[in-house]
Amino acid sequence: MTTTLEVRNLRTHFFTRAGIVKAVDGVSFTVGRGKVMGLVGESGSGKTVTGFSIIGLVDPPGRVVEGEILYQGRNLATISEEEMRHLRGNRIAMIFQDPMMTLNPVLRVDTQMIETVLAHEKVSKEEARQRARDALGMVGIPSPDERLKSYPHQFSGGMRQRVAIAIALLHRPELIIADEPTTALDVTIQGQILAEVQKLAANTGTSLIWITHDLSVVAGLADDIAVMYAGRVVEDGPVSEVLDRPLHPYTHGLIGSVPSRNKRGEPLRQIPGMTPSLLKLPAGCAFRTRCPRADEACLADQPLRALLPGRQARCIHPHLDEVPA
Amino acid sequence: MTVYLLRRISQSFLVLVAMSMIVFIGVYAVGDPVEILISPDADQMERERAIQALGLDLPLWEQYGVFVWRALHGDLGRSFVYNEPALQLILQKMPATLELAFGSMFISVLIGLPLGMYAGLRPESPGSKMIMAGSILGFSLPTFWVGLMLIMVFAVQLGWLPSTGRGETAYFLGLQWSFLTANGLSHLIMPAINLALFKISLVIRLTRSGVRETMLMDYVKFARAKGLSPARVTFVHVFKNILIPVVTVVGLELGSTIAFSVVTESVFAWPGMGKLIIDSINVLDRPVIVAYLMIIVLMFITINLIVDLLYSALDPRVRLEGKA
Ligand SMILES: Nc1ncnc2c1ncn2[C@@H]1O[C@H](COP(=O)(O)OP(=O)(O)O)[C@@H](O)[C@H]1O
Ligand code: SF4
Ligand SMILES: [Mg+2]
Repeated sequence: MTTTLEVRNLRTHFFTRAGIVKAVDGVSFTVGRGKVMGLVGESGSGKTVTGFSIIGLVDPPGRVVEGEILYQGRNLATISEEEMRHLRGNRIAMIFQDPMMTLNPVLRVDTQMIETVLAHEKVSKEEARQRARDALGMVGIPSPDERLKSYPHQFSGGMRQRVAIAIALLHRPELIIADEPTTALDVTIQGQILAEVQKLAANTGTSLIWITHDLSVVAGLADDIAVMYAGRVVEDGPVSEVLDRPLHPYTHGLIGSVPSRNKRGEPLRQIPGMTPSLLKLPAGCAFRTRCPRADEACLADQPLRALLPGRQARCIHPHLDEVPA
Repeated sequence: MTVYLLRRISQSFLVLVAMSMIVFIGVYAVGDPVEILISPDADQMERERAIQALGLDLPLWEQYGVFVWRALHGDLGRSFVYNEPALQLILQKMPATLELAFGSMFISVLIGLPLGMYAGLRPESPGSKMIMAGSILGFSLPTFWVGLMLIMVFAVQLGWLPSTGRGETAYFLGLQWSFLTANGLSHLIMPAINLALFKISLVIRLTRSGVRETMLMDYVKFARAKGLSPARVTFVHVFKNILIPVVTVVGLELGSTIAFSVVTESVFAWPGMGKLIIDSINVLDRPVIVAYLMIIVLMFITINLIVDLLYSALDPRVRLEGKA
């Protein structure tokens, strides 16, 4: 497998007045060429910060304090801001969670698209406009010529997210980081956009990091997933295997809390308790306070261990004993 | 748009009528000009003739009626003191005040906007801290005191700038303006800076908080995620958004700048409307006071309307049709 991006032991910390928030604390994963990597976890687990770390947009008081982000033999964590800027929006694009907030309200859509083209390529304004129009057409926006002249507030949320996706696609990037791009949209639109992005990524050979808190979204979309909890990856592997046979109690709980066809009638099992504050993480396994399997052994720090071929989990009592569901 | 304008204009008219009543009654209550205008040794006959000539014998509502009737014909009364039409008297002084007010607005934006941008983009730098400390001075030092200090330093000690009057003027649109001649400009600079001081601070603070707020918005991060240059992010994405509150506030400030240029005009003996109104209040020259206040009200209304139109031009989300 050729890799597009490899993240190794990434640590991104926020140096706040209340203390050091270790939002991302030793995260590693690999995204294969043309593959979709699902980054899953509850809100606050560090998914967005991971995404921003990759494209070098972590703002103070935050900082990438350790780790490597390898892209085409270069470590993005150490290249200059100017070099990083040439990659952003060009080779690595990002789509944000809230389409209502992503586009600048006082600039027309054409302005916001054309400037993206011109930021990375020396073409005429007219050609840039053509490219913008084609991109809008590609993401399924009707009469793109007219829509180019509109302001963001003249679009619905779903349409705005399509515009953001079109912007991300302008330079046919190698990697798109999609940060919960459908969470703020209603279910039908969600489905449409998912299908659309999947198709586009497949057609252009673009790799995707698809961030979500919703396991059912990645189930049909991703090739591999990494499950995050409190700034760390607690389990990873091929998506079908992880969903069929979760090893980590947290993944187990997440799957149990997703409504599904074959468990109809059974009550949904929510994971008890809440995500702990990153400033007061329990010693040892961070999931300890909510884990049904926790015992004294969990007081020790847990490494991410290879448990099955291609499968890792950060747990001393993984669900290895069970037969696949 | 037309509907909106018509509605705004009729609203403005109502405001004008209401204000005219308040002003008229207010001025009537302030004092009796007869005592000041007629020499104490005039006999009863002379007094009564004078009172009648000034229309002061009529009851208040009748005086108001006469005032409104004449106002509708473009006549806001004659000054008791100068025996000239009040309107003409004020309009003669208006260019001086207008150029002072616009000059100070121009200065406040020219200085306040870049300083505010800098302070917003680098909030922790020593430069920003100095700018913010300076803006507190701008807010808190009294205008007349700063005016006197400016005169002390730049006129008396250094002898760089003249301290009184408008200097040479040139005609433009049939009116006299100082800013069109080098000498007039040198007269204008100090009073304009004096009047701008408060507004510079205002623009700095407004711009700074606008920049800091805007920098945190998702659309700014997204603009950066597109790989735009920092200059483009700052001067297009951030700047266009902070322009909205700055234009609004500075525009709305124009009215009060004109109305409150009184102090600066007094300190620098700037022959504008402010100086005229102070003199008129001293001698209870009612027609001039009323006319002045009416003009100020009209000016506020016009300025607000223009600011609203500008605002809608800057912010595409604001639509003026029908509502408002
Ligand atoms: N600017 C910041 N200052 C301090 N802490 C932050 C900041 N941004 C994010 N964090 C912390 O990082 C953690 C992870 O945030 P995030 O990556 O947004 O989570 P997710 O995207 O998984 O919901 C959160 O707990 C949050 O408290
Ligand atoms: S290490 Fe212990 S507490 Fe942590 S997930 Fe495994 S069993 Fe639960
Ligand atoms: Mg997030």
